[in-house]
Amino acid sequence: MSQTQVRTTRNGTSDRSQASKGQAWRNFIQVAGILPILVAICIIFSIVSPSFLSPGNLINVIRQASINIVLATGMTFVILTGGIDLSVGSILGVTAVVGVLVSLIPGLGLLAIPAALLAGLGLGLLNGSLIAYLGLPPFIVTLGSYTALRGVAYLVANGTTVLNRNLNFAWIGNNYLGPIPWLVVIALLAVVASWFVLRRTVLGRHIYAVGGNIRAARLTGIKVSRVLLFVYGVSGLLSGLGGIMSASRLYSATGMLGQGYELDAIAAVILGGTSFTGGIGTIWGTLLGALIIALLNNGLTLMNVSFFWQLVVKGLVIIIAVTIDKLRTRSSAA
Amino acid sequence: MASSTQPSIKTKAVLEMQGITKTFHGFTALHDVNLTIYPGEVHALMGENGAGKSTLMKILAGAYIADAGEIRIDGQAVKMTDPGQARDLGIAIIYQELNLAPNLTVAENIFMGSELKKGGTFIDQDEMRNKASEVLKNLDANFEAGDLVSTLSIAEQQQVEIARALKDQSRILVMDEPTAALSDRETEKLFEVVRRLRNEGIAIIYISHRMEEIYALADRVSVIRDGGYIGSLERSEISAERLVEMMVGRPLQDLYEHKRQANPGPVVLEVTNLSDGRKVKSASFQLHAGEIVGLAGLVGAGRTEIARLIFGADRKASGEIKLEGRSLNISTPDDAIEAGIAYVPEDRKDLGLFLEISSGENITMNVLGREATAGIINSKSLFKIVADAINNLGIRLASPSIRAMDLSGGNQQKLLLARWLAINPKVLLLDEPTRGVDIGAKSEIYRIISDLATNGVAILMISSELPEIVGMSDRVLVMRAGSLVGEVGGSTGEAITQENIMAYATGAREVAKS
Repeated sequence: MSQTQVRTTRNGTSDRSQASKGQAWRNFIQVAGILPILVAICIIFSIVSPSFLSPGNLINVIRQASINIVLATGMTFVILTGGIDLSVGSILGVTAVVGVLVSLIPGLGLLAIPAALLAGLGLGLLNGSLIAYLGLPPFIVTLGSYTALRGVAYLVANGTTVLNRNLNFAWIGNNYLGPIPWLVVIALLAVVASWFVLRRTVLGRHIYAVGGNIRAARLTGIKVSRVLLFVYGVSGLLSGLGGIMSASRLYSATGMLGQGYELDAIAAVILGGTSFTGGIGTIWGTLLGALIIALLNNGLTLMNVSFFWQLVVKGLVIIIAVTIDKLRTRSSAA
Repeated sequence: MASSTQPSIKTKAVLEMQGITKTFHGFTALHDVNLTIYPGEVHALMGENGAGKSTLMKILAGAYIADAGEIRIDGQAVKMTDPGQARDLGIAIIYQELNLAPNLTVAENIFMGSELKKGGTFIDQDEMRNKASEVLKNLDANFEAGDLVSTLSIAEQQQVEIARALKDQSRILVMDEPTAALSDRETEKLFEVVRRLRNEGIAIIYISHRMEEIYALADRVSVIRDGGYIGSLERSEISAERLVEMMVGRPLQDLYEHKRQANPGPVVLEVTNLSDGRKVKSASFQLHAGEIVGLAGLVGAGRTEIARLIFGADRKASGEIKLEGRSLNISTPDDAIEAGIAYVPEDRKDLGLFLEISSGENITMNVLGREATAGIINSKSLFKIVADAINNLGIRLASPSIRAMDLSGGNQQKLLLARWLAINPKVLLLDEPTRGVDIGAKSEIYRIISDLATNGVAILMISSELPEIVGMSDRVLVMRAGSLVGEVGGSTGEAITQENIMAYATGAREVAKS
């Protein structure tokens, strides 16, 4: 045994770089799975529509993607634990209305952003506690809150559009940090922060563990309920952020804001290679997935493809991308 | 089906596999393997995990296609290309993981995929039930064709699989470690069935790691090592030494050679009147530092349940657990880990490992918090823990970034041990620590367990393998029907022998515990 001991100390560093290289390579493969598709889409669109690759248009694409990136980031946390959050679009609706309403209260306008974020967090934690502590299935719980919170959004908005021409946080949706829109900056910050939590913290490792094998996670002493509460909380909080971003762009909010957003968010996560059963996936994959969806929307519109056909193409691309990914991982696993 | 003549080695071979070679992505899984099987024989197929037994059987089943070699059935060369064809040729495989639909009846499972029909459209439940009952009667089964599979024990479910094979008139039956989940009594029953099938002229390929089963059943044994065919032994030539040498490639004096001089220290764990109100009835015992205590008993006696109660994985109804004299209030595994109690569960894939996660992350999963600063992972210290564990436990892997699912059973088990050793436990609860592990890795795991005891860890080892219990334990507690009914070894004056343990486990001997 002492012999082997000596060998490690000597080879410790090289083993380590090898290990992290292996890890990096695996992450790369996981993300790269979708990268060729992104490149292919870019090439096709740039041939068909020359204006597609202009810097102005590309920034525009990322700005259009930004809200979905934020929602999909939260969704990644949830799906990594093997769950699902159908309520993100509805939470976005509620929080957008709440944000605009609070901004209209004289003297309390500055509380608009904190109020929307807190509302999102609270609703997410509500989902989370039903799932974590009562053991209800995530699909059912969030299907319920998806419906109920949509109603709440209409109720809070009193069935109309709440408008604030002097919205104090309008800069988020309309101003730039240097050449980059704030919406994009915020979305990327959300991604980087999530990457940090997932890869560099104990909690992040526990999220992967719970998604990978929940029974083993319990026997490992991981506080599974807290992990679940956390991921739904994050999803709610980021939906609240999405609400702020939506409202800031429009100077207004309605009860129907965010309808259908949950599906784009789920699509981005799955396109990004995250396993629907949990335990496998990266935030970078989700980012690429959200960009692909935005590129499709943008490119097809530039090509004057009708909205109906856009839906058909988007759906097919999702299925094809996941099929390719499946075939690729199967051949590498055999 | 072959006529019911007495088994005879002189009859014509029913199956010949010759020169079978199979490579996966440049890795040679099988190289020039030969296997000849006669009707009416139990032919044991042995080899360490990863030796290529499963690959060979998958080729026989048509799940894989060999790169080279020939398969002959009754002397006729056949090209095996899909599982349906194998079934038509009379080959049936019963895998370790049973392939049954739990919410369907026994009859429906037996006829799954070849349902009997009335008028060509509607399923003929009555006829299926009648036919199934016939086959079950033949097997001397204690359940009905109309029972739901989910209500059957593992052993009974196995009989359903066997019934399915018989229904298909299979002449070659492959059984992959069929006793892994069975109690001794169920195993004996299975042996009866196997012998009866053999006497009916069915050829049985029997894969097992357990030497006693080979002695009890096998007419011949073939050994595979590292994808190559090593040789076959006739029944009269079979001995443990020879088989182990063939499998491992070197003589293995004694699996339990690590057995050390027992030197128990002070009491570490004291359990008093522990009950869960269902399966564990008022269990009391003590573990000393540096002691290996075996916990024996038939499957279902409540051994795993005791370990889970101590560990806080299940809720206890009553009883007290003391660690080093201090009473503990354990309600979750987290509490137990905090106190220094580790539990290595019996089903490593289902309850232990995170298969898609890297081996390194598996090893450090329990100490992330301890090594972290403000919740942020300290990669450097984790890396050192991983490197030390890999060396100390002799885990063989190319790099710690390899996923746990890509390791062999033995290395997976060591990975799980490594994770628990990282918390420096005072008490280690081991549940079937060598299940599904090949002989080489087994011996290494025994060495690790012995070293831990030498270093003062108090160890409770649950095992269904009596030789393991006898070989490793300083003292053995025996459970029956939820109660601790006996103790052998230590200061009891009763020797640790399989006979003494079984006498308590079966209820043949009862002693009021002092």
